[in-house]
Amino acid sequence: MPRVIVDVMPKPEILDPQGKAVHGALPRLGFDGILDVRQGKRFELEVSEADEATLSEVHQIAETLLSNPVIENYVVRVES
Amino acid sequence: MKIGVVTFPGSLDDVDARRAVRLAGGDSVPLWHGDHDLKGVDAVILPGGFSYGDYLRCGAIARFAPVMSEVVSAAQGGMPVLGICNGFQILCESHLLPGALIRNDHRTFICRDQRLRVENNATAWTSSYDVGQEIVIPLKNGEGGFVADAETLDRLEGDGRVVFRYLDVNPNGSLRDIAGITNERGNVVGLMPHPEHAIEQLCGPGTDGLGFFTSALALLVS
Repeated sequence: MPRVIVDVMPKPEILDPQGKAVHGALPRLGFDGILDVRQGKRFELEVSEADEATLSEVHQIAETLLSNPVIENYVVRVES
Repeated sequence: MKIGVVTFPGSLDDVDARRAVRLAGGDSVPLWHGDHDLKGVDAVILPGGFSYGDYLRCGAIARFAPVMSEVVSAAQGGMPVLGICNGFQILCESHLLPGALIRNDHRTFICRDQRLRVENNATAWTSSYDVGQEIVIPLKNGEGGFVADAETLDRLEGDGRVVFRYLDVNPNGSLRDIAGITNERGNVVGLMPHPEHAIEQLCGPGTDGLGFFTSALALLVS
């Protein structure tokens, strides 16, 4: 079964308090080299066929439900 | 006059909102998220809480509840709709109001008696107040940071659609201290603080919240 991945990330100009919290924890663990962390969401959608029609449907799903276009961007890709 | 209050799975403040409607002199009607039915109400309140566990994004799943298609079309037809806290998040997710609410910039849940300035008293829910009036009502949220792009914020301010602004402190990182906004027509209002928790002297910081409900009732009677 093909799997379609939708990655949803906060837009660059939107504050990401969760990413900031993760970033803030890193030096306490001794990881000093990380300049920034942004936290997003990954959705894995199982489909019977990753054809054009399905992918266009996934784009619709990503736009209407999985992401909020006001604050987030998304990327759709098929996992091989 | 009948004001409906929607209960979603995870709503917390539906009972308080219904009580506020009654204390203001209206009939409160419980509405259920799963019904395609507004039961003939004259106005609707989307209460605070954590609808659908705040899964995905606050309000994102509630937006697609059966009752919301009725609320959206009624709101577009001019029915007064008030979204409080989670209700505000649902109104933004439903595109009845612009912008979005994100996690507080200080990353912690905040609960305080919040001073606000009323910026617009020409909405369905604020006619009982004066422009510039300062009120104190409780605020309690983890994801109350109001954000929108600069163009949208300029438009909101230019059109007088910022209804409430935070005073003293900005409790959640909301851009331009915005606590509540309205749509172009002024019938849909959303805000993060909770007027339904400030309706009696016995509990809460006072009765400053009662004006929301008397405003809507006065409009419906006239």
